[in-house]
Amino acid sequence: MVFKMKFIKKSPWILHYDGSSCNGCDIEVLACLTPLYDIERFGAINTGNPKHADLLLITGSVNEQNISVVKQLYEQMPNPKAVVAIGVCAATGGIFKDCYNVQGGVGEVIPVDIYVPGCAARPEAIIEGVVLALNKLERRKSPRKDA
Amino acid sequence: MILRIALALFAVPIAGGLLAGMDRIITARMQRRKGPPLLQPFYDVIKLLQKEATTVNMITRFFTTFSLCFTILAVVLLFTGQDLLLCIFAFTLACVFFVIMGYSGYSPYSFIGAERELIQIMCYEPMILIAAFAFYEVSGSFHVEVVWKLDQPLITRLPLIFLGLMFILTIKLRKSPFDLSMSHHGHQEIVKGITTELTGVCLAMVEITHWFEIIFSLALVYIFFVSSAAYMQVLAVFICLAVYFLEIVIDNVFARVKWKNALKISWIVTGVASLANFVILGLL
Ligand code: SF4
Repeated sequence: MVFKMKFIKKSPWILHYDGSSCNGCDIEVLACLTPLYDIERFGAINTGNPKHADLLLITGSVNEQNISVVKQLYEQMPNPKAVVAIGVCAATGGIFKDCYNVQGGVGEVIPVDIYVPGCAARPEAIIEGVVLALNKLERRKSPRKDA
Repeated sequence: MILRIALALFAVPIAGGLLAGMDRIITARMQRRKGPPLLQPFYDVIKLLQKEATTVNMITRFFTTFSLCFTILAVVLLFTGQDLLLCIFAFTLACVFFVIMGYSGYSPYSFIGAERELIQIMCYEPMILIAAFAFYEVSGSFHVEVVWKLDQPLITRLPLIFLGLMFILTIKLRKSPFDLSMSHHGHQEIVKGITTELTGVCLAMVEITHWFEIIFSLALVYIFFVSSAAYMQVLAVFICLAVYFLEIVIDNVFARVKWKNALKISWIVTGVASLANFVILGLL
């Protein structure tokens, strides 16, 4: 049975992973949870558990040390899922691109759905990125019903 | 009878979900946030039902289902006015299945969550049993039905027992400072402990179980305030809501305690409250 993921848009649970960011983007991600932006009004929760998450928010580039971690987090998330790369570092490696251990953007390791530009990305931009990722997710069919 | 069973099966999860939604809004407002929509818990559960369910161990789903079934059974027994002890045992059995579910998860986080859940059961179980015993002492029967025939509500004879029960309800409603094994807010890692390995349907079932638990806990409060007078039967519902609001305030005011302190505090409260109340009962 073809089944659209209608309710995922109303309840996106978020997993935030810090690759090798300078913590600038991380602070902005956390700022989304504060009273000023309050991303929970869209039903979003910061879970910290890949098995509960629908969206993976990655800040910072991938390096030799965390490639396996990023891959594992992505694989542990149940379908359907989406990845949002936040900041220039997560897109291309950014200012750290030429460092000896940096591999580049998150897209080198796992498929990324939405890139949020900025250094650091503004909370408004992050929320927009999340909303765009949800629009993509909604169009995906539930694998559980397809199987 | 059939009406009451239908009420327990259909109205209880809806009421529990709505209360959970209210809880999230009130909590958000206390933190000067806007908070999610009222129906958010229902959206969450429907989403979880639609998501892929990955299980590390097939038995996990089995235990989660049994935990839900026994919680429902406990609520049905309570609503139909059956033996209070039977309700409590069914409820405890559901909690035990929940702990075993945690242990079946192969993950250190899940194990720690299960251990902490066990500690929580140790914290609140004595008080619940003592409350049932006190119920018998005052009403002369273990049947919940008799509370509707009492001239004076139980609270007039058992005020301290009620306070003790309210104290341990904080544990059962998974509120801070006693949300050791699993919390209902956006906390991370160890705090989501026992549900670490759960996805999709299983996690949805845990949520629904919690809705039933909320109503079960509030029904225990209701028992203390209801009497044969019609106005008390209505008033008791509002008192339940007030108690739930108080729990939300407590949740937002206190920081989480260590498990040893949780055990110590809850046993001291249980001991003092029940002893003092029985002494007063004896003197009267
Ligand atoms: S994009 Fe800028 S703010 Fe964000 S992690 Fe990279 S250097 Fe830091």
